[in-house]
Amino acid sequence: MRIGIPKEIHAGEKRVATTPDVAEKLMKLGFSVAIQSGAGEGANLSDDAFRQVGVEIVEDAKSLWTSSEIVLKVRGPETHPEFAIDEVELMREGGCLLSFIWPAQNPELMERLAAKKATVLAMDSVPRISRAQKLDALSSMANIAGYRAVIEAAHQFGRFFTGQITAAGKVPPAKVFIIGVGVAGLAAIGAAGGLGAIVRANDTRPEVKDQVKSMGAEFVDVDYKEEGTGVGGYAKLMSEGYQKAQREMIARQCMEVDIVITTALIPGKPAPKLITAGMVESMKPGSVIVDMAAEQGGNCELTVPGEVVVRHGVTIIGYADLPSRLARQSSQLYATNLLRLLEELSPAKDGTINVNMEDEVIRGTTVIKDGTITWPPPPPKISAAPTEKMATAAGPVEPAKKKRVELPAWVSSGLMLGIGGALFYGLGATAPLAFMGHFTVFVLACFVGYMVIWNVTPALHTPLMSVTNAISSIIAIGALIQISSPGVLMVILAGLAVVLTSINMAGGFWVTQRMLRMFRR
Amino acid sequence: MSEGLMTVSYIGATILFILSLGGLSNPETARRGNFYGIIGMTIAIVATVFGPKVTSYVPILIAMAIGGSIGIFAAIKVKMTEMPELVALMHSLVGLAAVLVGFANYFDTTINLTGVDKTIHEIEIYVGILIGAVTFSGSVIAFGKLSGKLSGKPMLLPLRHWINLAGLIAVIFVAKLFLGAESGAAGLLYLSIMTGIALAFGIHMVMAIGGADMPVVVSMLNSYSGWAASATGFMLSNDLLIVVGALVGSSGAILSYIMCRAMNRHFLSVIAGGFGTEGGAPTAAGAQPQGEVQPIAAEETAELLRNASHVIFVPGYGMAVAQAQHTVFEITKLLRDKGVDVRFAIHPVAGRMPGHMNVLLAEAKVPYDIVLEMDEINEDFPETDVAMVIGANDIVNPGAQEDPNSPIAGMPVLEVWKAKTSIVMKRSMASGYAGVDNPLFYKENNRMLFGDAKKMLDEVLTALKSG
Repeated sequence: MRIGIPKEIHAGEKRVATTPDVAEKLMKLGFSVAIQSGAGEGANLSDDAFRQVGVEIVEDAKSLWTSSEIVLKVRGPETHPEFAIDEVELMREGGCLLSFIWPAQNPELMERLAAKKATVLAMDSVPRISRAQKLDALSSMANIAGYRAVIEAAHQFGRFFTGQITAAGKVPPAKVFIIGVGVAGLAAIGAAGGLGAIVRANDTRPEVKDQVKSMGAEFVDVDYKEEGTGVGGYAKLMSEGYQKAQREMIARQCMEVDIVITTALIPGKPAPKLITAGMVESMKPGSVIVDMAAEQGGNCELTVPGEVVVRHGVTIIGYADLPSRLARQSSQLYATNLLRLLEELSPAKDGTINVNMEDEVIRGTTVIKDGTITWPPPPPKISAAPTEKMATAAGPVEPAKKKRVELPAWVSSGLMLGIGGALFYGLGATAPLAFMGHFTVFVLACFVGYMVIWNVTPALHTPLMSVTNAISSIIAIGALIQISSPGVLMVILAGLAVVLTSINMAGGFWVTQRMLRMFRR
Repeated sequence: MSEGLMTVSYIGATILFILSLGGLSNPETARRGNFYGIIGMTIAIVATVFGPKVTSYVPILIAMAIGGSIGIFAAIKVKMTEMPELVALMHSLVGLAAVLVGFANYFDTTINLTGVDKTIHEIEIYVGILIGAVTFSGSVIAFGKLSGKLSGKPMLLPLRHWINLAGLIAVIFVAKLFLGAESGAAGLLYLSIMTGIALAFGIHMVMAIGGADMPVVVSMLNSYSGWAASATGFMLSNDLLIVVGALVGSSGAILSYIMCRAMNRHFLSVIAGGFGTEGGAPTAAGAQPQGEVQPIAAEETAELLRNASHVIFVPGYGMAVAQAQHTVFEITKLLRDKGVDVRFAIHPVAGRMPGHMNVLLAEAKVPYDIVLEMDEINEDFPETDVAMVIGANDIVNPGAQEDPNSPIAGMPVLEVWKAKTSIVMKRSMASGYAGVDNPLFYKENNRMLFGDAKKMLDEVLTALKSG
């Protein structure tokens, strides 16, 4: 089958859906690949580079669209500025499209694609499960966006990120606060930390705390108890009380830090307004806010989507095209994501695709199959949070037999004491004095043993066993006395016992010594 | 030597034995401790032999010479991986000796007791032989299982708990007959019947216990051998035996307790045998892990190790089986020379007896100060670059913490999945002793290095040397 890659037509979009390296691998899967002339320009990928690996260069978009069974794109189809018709119209009847679609936001686009009897796989709908990670374009784009957000902030920020002591005086390190630690947030932590800044971060989902710490950043807690993990590892909307506590925490941080990067998003809802105009005003002049949620309305009240504005001396960056600003990198990662998807679609590597709706990954990604809208997919079976997964998956196999009657602690210990006391009383009442003397020794020895053994280091448990083994052959002294008794049978029995215990004694001590010699620093 | 001198010698021996066990609190003092033990034993024996009760020396000399040389020969020959077998075998000797001494004591015609004293003495003989016999047969079976002469799988007879209960009742019933026996011959018969029941009980009990529960069994038998000595002490009215027996007995009991706690299992349920007897079929319980297993090659492993700054090895029984400890040490040395921080994390029940892994690593010359216990090292995993699991499974199963329905839920485990990368060396994807699938294998940051541990580690070592 023929794969076609048109030039992106969205204003300012510099990415392209494939690179020469990836195109070569696509051809190895048995596909033929064609690209529109100049499609890679924004990402510094020349036509020549594509031509060298054997990609066909097609001059005009129309013939590319009509000649390709599979079309790879970054942005969803839009109205073409040159021909003034929609890209969907250019598409072949029954063709296949792989790109970002955002089906929830673009129902009308979905209708038109369905009318074309198309099969559409949306890169934004890849299910969030481990197996699908290699084709998770949202994560790869978010990673780039997070990195770029820090770079944009550094560009606008008037100081070093790293602290320095120079001959010309001391420079304090920049303090960066990151709200929302998803893939983008983590990438931002990494990039800001790499530049030498002091990084703090906050997220409503408690399980990110460890990730934040593992990146060397500080996790700022909200002083309120509530869990924010929703389905599929995304965040959910928090309660009023939590939001209030969170606002207070953010307000405090705003006064302290130099750079705030916000990536807080809740699926299907406008971005939460976390930074008020008042908070912006409280920030130090020259500070920078990067609002990565600008496209969804922004986390900051003063954000202007797509633009950089200065308010109260604070630069607020509202770019919605951060990945496109690192076009070469994002093209490469996106192209690889597409390649992985095509690998899944073409398990036989024969240049044909099979949209296997039984496969969880393909099922989730496919939003239109042969003109039938298949979005939304059934909910993902498992969440990224392991505890969730266990709870739901193990629901039907409740442990039924585990209902044992448990006595309260005081009853059982009281019972034990009672029985023990009764036994001791019985013993004391009947046993002769000589026995009681031995018994005293026995009980005391048990306690001594208890005290001594707990001090033994676990590393020496094996030598402990062999040495106790050796000294338990003290039984020999019983046999040694018996051996002098009259009666042949006794002498034989006792002699045998002496042999056995001697084996134990000599062997036990010797092997213990052998082992202990090996323990060294 | 007078009675008084003998008693004083016994007290001295007792103190030396306590010091001997106390010395084991630290590898530095452990060797001295062992010498205390040897001196104590020598004093006790010399005092007994030259005491007033012993008159014939030749048989003692011959018997001790034979036994001693066999023991030393075995101690020199034994391989460190075979330590559990040796220990089990030695337990059986103590058990058998206790049985022999008990019978001999019953034949002793010089003891003339009446009334309560006689009853108590007979109970002491009875109990001494009982414990000795159970220790003996149980240890022999444990030896067979550990050395691979018997299958490590638990042998579960139908109604096995009832069989055990019937055995117990029979033992009590025979005890009643024994105490009421008129003649010595009848008493001997009852004593023999009881011994037979006890031997069968010991066999049956250990047969029902699986390979990985062996640490508990071995330490339990250790404990029994102590109680057997103590019972013999009561029988002979000898305080030294009572004290030493109690020391050994409580030592073994504490070890069993530590092992059980490390598996989050009740002592009785281990001894009752089988696994997951309460939860039905083990495979049915718990969620099936999702995701893909990602294999890794030896060269990539070497690459990961070379670029790491903190590495933790987690050895298990598989390392002992493959005899890989020396290669592990070579790798450790190489990495440490490169400035990599290498440590070992030992789970209490790793291997087939308490402290098994420590001895193996010590044999391979791994310095003991980088070999750490689970509680000491568990919180360091998040800062670790590579955690390498060598032939262990259940002790690194995250299901124990994450899946409340897992048969091993609540068992303390080494949190290797918190390391940046974990590598599990395994021969195949087979599940561990507990029959539980291990979600660790499916974690994103986990890689599987399939193959024989020794062979794969040799390849890793070669790759490390060449790189």
